[in-house]
Amino acid sequence: MNNAILMSGASDIDFMIHGLFSYEVFGQTCWITTTHVCVLIVMGFLIIFALIANRKMKKATDVPDGFQNVLELIVESLDGVVGGVMGKNSYKFVNYISTIFIFILMSNISGIFGLRPPTADYGVTLALGVITFGLIHVNQFRYNSLKSIWTDMCSPLPPWLPIWFPINLISEIAVPISLSLRLFANVLSGTVMMALVYGLLGWIATFWPAVLHVYFDLFSGAIQTYVFCMLTMTYINQQLGSE
Amino acid sequence: MNISGNDLILACSAIGAGLAVIAGIGPGVGQGIAAGYAANAVGRNPGAKSDIMSTMLLGQAVAETTGLYGLLVAMLLLFVKPLVG
Repeated sequence: MNNAILMSGASDIDFMIHGLFSYEVFGQTCWITTTHVCVLIVMGFLIIFALIANRKMKKATDVPDGFQNVLELIVESLDGVVGGVMGKNSYKFVNYISTIFIFILMSNISGIFGLRPPTADYGVTLALGVITFGLIHVNQFRYNSLKSIWTDMCSPLPPWLPIWFPINLISEIAVPISLSLRLFANVLSGTVMMALVYGLLGWIATFWPAVLHVYFDLFSGAIQTYVFCMLTMTYINQQLGSE
Repeated sequence: MNISGNDLILACSAIGAGLAVIAGIGPGVGQGIAAGYAANAVGRNPGAKSDIMSTMLLGQAVAETTGLYGLLVAMLLLFVKPLVG
């Protein structure tokens, strides 16, 4: 009784995370998985791209050509997205938002190149969600007084009656969980659908799944990247705005 | 016919997974409503198309979350099998 019976006729469906080798840390068995390898590949690609871009921009010309056009397009469009949401505060966060934007986008797209997308592992997206959570609350304590934070946490009722405090606390804790689960489940559903199509159809699925790749990897991945960054910016901006 | 306890749990997990993805109805309706109003808004004000598009996509992606939770529950039931002892 195994999974193959649940998905009849499919013997080579494979979308799980595999452990490559294990090691012992303080008596715990830890695994290096395919996710680590895929994250390293994506990171390596981005680092090489950044080095080439840096070398190119060192001798930038007034009239941009070829590759410099592409770089300026990327930076300007990311600046525009962040500036559109955060306004005058955008210069503080544009580097971070652009970094996670490019990283998540490349991770989601990497399904096209035969990798298992790193964002289809909850460990990766939870880390991104926790970073967002940390940024929200560091900025909350930096730009708001303790009194106004307390008033905000008891918000529908007056501050001397903290009945709503636990409910607001839960809704704060739910932010990173829902952010990370949204990204994770979207990418995972795309990965599973592609694995099912390739596994169930066999040799028939030779050319036409390209359409599905465009939808599940490119379109859905880009939308989810945009949504993740947009929500991160909105949450951070809420804490900055209430000075 | 000899059905062991584990087989029964697996069969019920499969039924439960099927029931869990019924959650997809809600986001479908919600995203359709959002897209309908966005089309309405573009019809009224074609100049604001890019703003309307980004707002619509953001709202649809947030509305999609509940459906994805249903999908996750189905995945957990089928592949992680938490109920099999």
